[in-house]
Amino acid sequence: MKLNLRIWRQAGLAHRGEMVTYVLEDVSPDMSFLEMLDVLNERLTLDGEDPIAFDHDCREGICGMCSLTIDGEPHGPQKATTACQLHMRHYKDGDTITIEPWRAKAFPVVKDLVVDRSGFDNVIAAGGYISAPTGAAPDAHAMPVPKADADAAFENAACIGCGACVAACPNGSAMLFTAAKVVHLNTLPQGEAERQTRVLDMVDAMDDAGFGGCTLTGECATACPKGIPLESISTLNREYLKASLKRV
Amino acid sequence: MSGIGEYTVGDPIADAKAPGGPVEKRWERRRFEAKLVNPANKRKLSVIVVGTGLAGGAAAATMGELGYQVKSYCYQDSPRRAHSIAAQGGINAAKNYRNDGDSVHRLFYDTVKGGDFRARESNVHRLAEVSVEIIDQCVAQGVPFAREYGGLLDTRSFGGAQVSRTFYARGQTGQQLLLGAYQALERQIAAGTVEMFDRHEMLELIVVDGRARGIVVRDLVSGRVTTEYADAVVLASGGYGNVFFLSTNAKGCNVTATWRAHRKGALFANPCYTQIHPTCIPVAGDHQSKLTLMSESLRNDGRVWVPKQPGDDRAPGDIPEDERDYYLERIYPSFGNLVPRDIASRAAKNVCDSGLGVGSSGLGVYLDFADAIGRLGRDAVEAKYGNLFEMYERITGENPYEMPMRIYPAVHYTMGGLWVDYDLQSNIPGLFVVGEANFSDHGANRLGASALMQGLADGYFVLPNTISDYLVAGPFEKLTDDHPDVVATREQVTGRIEKLLAVDGDRTVDSFHRELGHIMWEYCGMERTDAGLRKAIGLIRDLKTEFWQRVKVPGEGTEFNQSLERAGRVADFFELAELMCVDALHRTESCGGHFRGESQTEDGEARRDDENFSYVAAWEYGDEQPTLHREDLEFEYVKPTQRSYK
Repeated sequence: MKLNLRIWRQAGLAHRGEMVTYVLEDVSPDMSFLEMLDVLNERLTLDGEDPIAFDHDCREGICGMCSLTIDGEPHGPQKATTACQLHMRHYKDGDTITIEPWRAKAFPVVKDLVVDRSGFDNVIAAGGYISAPTGAAPDAHAMPVPKADADAAFENAACIGCGACVAACPNGSAMLFTAAKVVHLNTLPQGEAERQTRVLDMVDAMDDAGFGGCTLTGECATACPKGIPLESISTLNREYLKASLKRV
Repeated sequence: MSGIGEYTVGDPIADAKAPGGPVEKRWERRRFEAKLVNPANKRKLSVIVVGTGLAGGAAAATMGELGYQVKSYCYQDSPRRAHSIAAQGGINAAKNYRNDGDSVHRLFYDTVKGGDFRARESNVHRLAEVSVEIIDQCVAQGVPFAREYGGLLDTRSFGGAQVSRTFYARGQTGQQLLLGAYQALERQIAAGTVEMFDRHEMLELIVVDGRARGIVVRDLVSGRVTTEYADAVVLASGGYGNVFFLSTNAKGCNVTATWRAHRKGALFANPCYTQIHPTCIPVAGDHQSKLTLMSESLRNDGRVWVPKQPGDDRAPGDIPEDERDYYLERIYPSFGNLVPRDIASRAAKNVCDSGLGVGSSGLGVYLDFADAIGRLGRDAVEAKYGNLFEMYERITGENPYEMPMRIYPAVHYTMGGLWVDYDLQSNIPGLFVVGEANFSDHGANRLGASALMQGLADGYFVLPNTISDYLVAGPFEKLTDDHPDVVATREQVTGRIEKLLAVDGDRTVDSFHRELGHIMWEYCGMERTDAGLRKAIGLIRDLKTEFWQRVKVPGEGTEFNQSLERAGRVADFFELAELMCVDALHRTESCGGHFRGESQTEDGEARRDDENFSYVAAWEYGDEQPTLHREDLEFEYVKPTQRSYK
């Protein structure tokens, strides 16, 4: 099939960006979306043009590196699917596809479709862990965890840190990302000791990193390729309120 | 350049520094005998760690906790993205929570045997001992392993093991373990003991006065090349499966860190030992950029078959039972579909080579769940494998509940790597190598759910205990950028970048990488022969020459330039590829993942040659030809036998 690709080109943060249109022929329906970009980049290279920079690594939907906004939707139209797992069979001959980077104040553009997501690492560093230095652990069976809690922790731990939630949010908020980690760790008995400092410090770090406030539009959970539930944000708010009252 | 496949024989490796005495006491003895660094002195000592996967992330976090000054490097935009994250199945540990007869000794035995008697007993025993502590550590960090209704940890049997010792977190065990290590690392970053450099790639090792003292790195955003110094350097940069272009590795996985260290004198051990995983989604076309693994657990309920008639292009559902060949069940009646990875992979290759393969390329076999759905019901199959079936459908557009999956083997893991002693130190003092990047524990074939175990064992427990014995002699002389050895090393890096950019030819980096991958897959893949390997070396040399004449790398060195990153990696893959073929050529036996066509039994099974090849092949770099150093393997506890799965 033949496609018209409108792609965001930007040499760097200090440069102005613009949409550039490319026509790509002979796209196979079996290609992944990123393989389609590979083919375009091979052509651009041989034509002496600068290939399009985009982040990607595992290409199997788990590393969280790929970060394309496709026709206005983070990771594109398929539900629960990262851009690297999206395949071209969902498009048809003659389609026009618009490809942009994550758009958020806290994710500045590095080049073309590549953004800087180090704000996420800062949020984790502020408290997204359980302090258990190596060697200090009791036997793994010393503390049973009810299966329902373990499953809830897992559901939230499945976050891949891609940033689609932030890109989808009209406020550029990282509430769903932060909530996923807080719920993961605060649900487990091992996380109890740092329960309050964790949520307070992580929310502070989120604000410091320039992420916006949450107005519960729910766009984040719709865009999330791993199905982190919107209720996690309510849990985060509850944890935050309880911890704040205790601090006062 | 020397003749094809030629090498020099050097001195054997006399001592891998494992302590003597009973195997179950050696690790305890080594921890006691290793010199300790006074806590107050630790903060004066610095360590560089390259790579943030399970081994590197765990090592950096743990050494930070101990009080060393750690600098950690990864090429991704965050340490959380290292490719350990993609491991699906689980992690082995000899907890014996099931009371099913497991023990440290049994895990030790299974691993030595599974490695086809090409690993060191001392190392493997330590791995089995430490496995128990890993689970405790990860649970304390909040890793959400699967649990039973009573709240205790669930386990499953995996990869043909007869005991249930594999701990797991749905199909995402690697992700959850890595996030545990990553969170511990971020905690140390916040505490100031670890300094993190993401989007940085190591391009050279700095060796001064015979010691590893630093690295040359390129900032992938600005393109700036800088030098970093430390009292020791730890490489945790993963395996080299991407030499095949198509593999289950992430696109960025590369050999550059270990290969550059090899060129600086570090021995590279057993490069030909590669693991080909039997259950991956087949190649769909020339555009294919990577292969996706489908968990080995699918073979517990799926039945593997091909049509009996070559060229049978009926839909699989239209082929009657008596016209199907369930070849694994036929050839291996006692293990059936659960034979080890190397055997299942080669059997698939054999049926496809004889024209029975399915799918448009003919390179695929069916993995059929119709019987399981009939026996257990669709809901039960969905509960077990639902996420894998969805993943398959997302990629292929086919529904595995209605038609069998098509699968084919793909390169998955590399057992070879830099040679290390019992302390995980290479032959260059101060250079330590952990995880998949070293060669140490899996012999010629790695068992399922053992990669995560080894990465974390090295990172959390082994290295932090052994590195002090080296660091106690530090801090070493302070280095500056004008030191002649530093200047020379840095110029090697900048010179290479300039050279890559200057070719300005008419072929892309990927086109060379793809072609190299074809050569390796064809001649150094599932079955190797003398003639094939010799041919491969000639083809690799020609292609490498062409690469340096015709490659086109657009852009500049001083900017974000993904083509340049790939070009440097592919240039190193060319050199590694030749050494892999030399190693495969010299090892005329079959063992584990290395199958030599000339060394098989009458019914086509691998035939080991213990008399001549019971050794580790550690290669020293040479501009003309490599030099082989043998480290003999001794088996005091597990007596070598020929594996049989019939």
